[in-house]
Amino acid sequence: MMAAVLLAGAGNAFAQTAPATEPMVGAPVPWGMGLQASGGPIKDAIGDFNALVFNIIVVITIFVALLLAWCIWRYNAKRNPVPSQTSHNTFLEIAWTVIPVLILVVIAVPSFRLIYYQDRARDADFTINVTGHQWYWNYRMPDHGNFAFDSRPVFDEDLTPGQFRNLEVDEPLLIPVGATVRVLTSGADVIHSFFIPSLGVQRYNIPGRTLETWMRADRPGTFYGQCNQICGTNHWFMPIVIRAVPQEEFNAWVESARTRFAHTIPGNNAPALAGPAADPIRIAAAQQ
Amino acid sequence: MAYAADAHGHDDHKPSFVNRWLFSTNHKDIGTLYIIFSLFAALVGVGLSFLMRLELQSPGLQIFADGQMWNAYVSAHGLIMVFFVIMPALIGGFGNWFVPIMIGAPDMAFPRLNNISFWLLVPAFLLLGGSLFVGGGAGAGWTIYPPLSDDTYQSGPAMDMALFALHLAGASSILGAANFITTIFNMRAPGMTLHKMPLFVWSMLVTAFLLLLAVPVLGGAITMLITDRNFGTAFFDPAGGGDPVLFQHLFWFFGHPEVYIMILPAFGIVSHVISTFSKKPVFGYLGMAYAMVAIGVVGFVVWAHHMYTSGIDVDTRAYFMAATMVIAVPTGIKIFSWIATMWGGSIKMDTPMLFSVGFIFLFTVGGVTGVVLANAGITQILHNTYYVVAHFHYVLSLGAVFGIYAGIYYWIGKMSGRQYPERLGKIHFWLTFVGVNLTFFPMHFLGNQGMPRRYPDYPDAMTGWNMVASVGSYIAIASFLFFFYVMWVTLRRGEQAAPNYWGEGATTLEWQVSSPPPFHTFDELPRIR
Repeated sequence: MMAAVLLAGAGNAFAQTAPATEPMVGAPVPWGMGLQASGGPIKDAIGDFNALVFNIIVVITIFVALLLAWCIWRYNAKRNPVPSQTSHNTFLEIAWTVIPVLILVVIAVPSFRLIYYQDRARDADFTINVTGHQWYWNYRMPDHGNFAFDSRPVFDEDLTPGQFRNLEVDEPLLIPVGATVRVLTSGADVIHSFFIPSLGVQRYNIPGRTLETWMRADRPGTFYGQCNQICGTNHWFMPIVIRAVPQEEFNAWVESARTRFAHTIPGNNAPALAGPAADPIRIAAAQQ
Repeated sequence: MAYAADAHGHDDHKPSFVNRWLFSTNHKDIGTLYIIFSLFAALVGVGLSFLMRLELQSPGLQIFADGQMWNAYVSAHGLIMVFFVIMPALIGGFGNWFVPIMIGAPDMAFPRLNNISFWLLVPAFLLLGGSLFVGGGAGAGWTIYPPLSDDTYQSGPAMDMALFALHLAGASSILGAANFITTIFNMRAPGMTLHKMPLFVWSMLVTAFLLLLAVPVLGGAITMLITDRNFGTAFFDPAGGGDPVLFQHLFWFFGHPEVYIMILPAFGIVSHVISTFSKKPVFGYLGMAYAMVAIGVVGFVVWAHHMYTSGIDVDTRAYFMAATMVIAVPTGIKIFSWIATMWGGSIKMDTPMLFSVGFIFLFTVGGVTGVVLANAGITQILHNTYYVVAHFHYVLSLGAVFGIYAGIYYWIGKMSGRQYPERLGKIHFWLTFVGVNLTFFPMHFLGNQGMPRRYPDYPDAMTGWNMVASVGSYIAIASFLFFFYVMWVTLRRGEQAAPNYWGEGATTLEWQVSSPPPFHTFDELPRIR
């Protein structure tokens, strides 16, 4: 019963939304109970579906709790000294088989829709390769001149006021607001997991494999994540930071990053390209 | 049924201590050994969790030197609780004690095999415990996914010790499972048809089949891991043409049935307790039995729901999602049949019943969060978070463990001949109930907020619920120590137990023999009406 009340309390905490004008912060909040605030369509879809399932499980839990409480109260040995010997009721037995099936169907239909929606982007704007290393992230931007950079955690002593301990990195990944980003994950050494709760995205980074998923931030903001598959001694200290910024700011960042990380571009003798628009063949190929 | 009376007291042979306890071939003595072993291992496993909750009580690294040490402790906690606490207590302990008695058999089919099953566990436990003190320990999680469990990333003998410990524990389980299957199929007393078998025996039969089919797969997987580590093979190494995901499939092909292996015997115990304390036969007996069979069968075809983020194809995910949700149906049948058993009964809320009703409710909570996690769409952001930790502790730490406690309080008078003090038992229940809920319920919130598992330190925003969870765990640990006190009082000063101290509700065969039963339970075949 207590748990059911707490569960119901958690429902209220689902409604964490950021004001539309300010950049949102996709991070855990003190005493937070529900899912993190949503920064994009995948997380919106997960949130909606989760609310449906959550309501169903709360009702079921309360129903079972009430039945148990009723039995204990009504059929107590003092109140009911002579037990019935009923041990069959075909109608009841069919009912508690069929009704759960129907409830599961109600859950399953939107659930299938959700996983196919989450799976991959059919028309991504560009691709990012995410590689997990012990214990930092490496991002490659194949559609923006193919530069790559490492994103390493910020140690406690280097934090500036207002930053989150264990969540900040030296080089956040920038994406444009509203851009559909194809994410290809891989692992360099052991398995890691690329996990950003507020964007509703997670994929393992498995050595020798490339997995595909996608993400999109519909509002400007900073979205925090952490490695989510045990990967050795610093598993707890390889955060992910994604900043969703306006297109112009993203373009400027790409421009500067391409110079700063020029050494990471394979066959670096080629001159840097002028941005995603100048690279139509590559994007088209990626859209197949 | 008058056979019990004359079984008492006559030439009950009394082997020497060494013969009785080290070379034991008596199912009841081996069952006792299993239970004592399990309680000892639980002290270690709970001790590890105490250190973990101390560390997580506040942000920052306090008592663990580094993440590797943390990982090693977390892994050891999981493996010890699964292989050396829950399985030995439920299967080796209660299974050995009561399956032969309930079916009217003189003993297990292979008494010496039974003995070796138990004694394989001891070196296995020592190896696993020892691995904590060798090098940096075996810190790859209880799921031991390569490449992290490869020699490159877990060098030194600690991981090999842990793997060998799993091999020994697995061999023990397989031998035990063969023994149970043979016993149940061949040694039932005349009249004890399969459809008259008590539900606890049904649960052990299904469990034994799950063990027999699942554990060898784990054996194969860890054998390949051992050769990858020590003999230069590359089964799971992509650099040599292997595949890390193959290990995940093999592990979870074992690992998912394993979770039903841990919970099914508790289902059996709870069915008996509910029926006894409601003074009613179990409602929908056949449905209850075949629900367990269904859970066992479907349990084998849902393993990849542990791998939704491992890159399996979306159609495959859709299949595993559907199959997983199907399990909610037989589970629901069990929950509602237990409630229907109570309905119209004459219920006494003694300690075993408290634990059983607690089991039903907490297992429901763990079950419905399982339905949430079955949905790959939600699990995309709950996978590997504390939501999962909360879910599986609700079904195991609050489910299976409540089943164990229910079993101990239900049968301690039968096993020891001395009845527990009811007041202390109730205090123990409420302490445990409050403690474990306070520990694990806030973990749902932490998981929703995105706290990954196997983290010794976390973002500051997660401090509050972690502190609550830690306080809860201290209460739960205190209740566990209190349980030892209750057992001590029971064994030292408990009242002499009558053959059937629960009265008319207790109908299975163990209530027809003395408490404790004679060394050889039945002098002549019991007759089943």
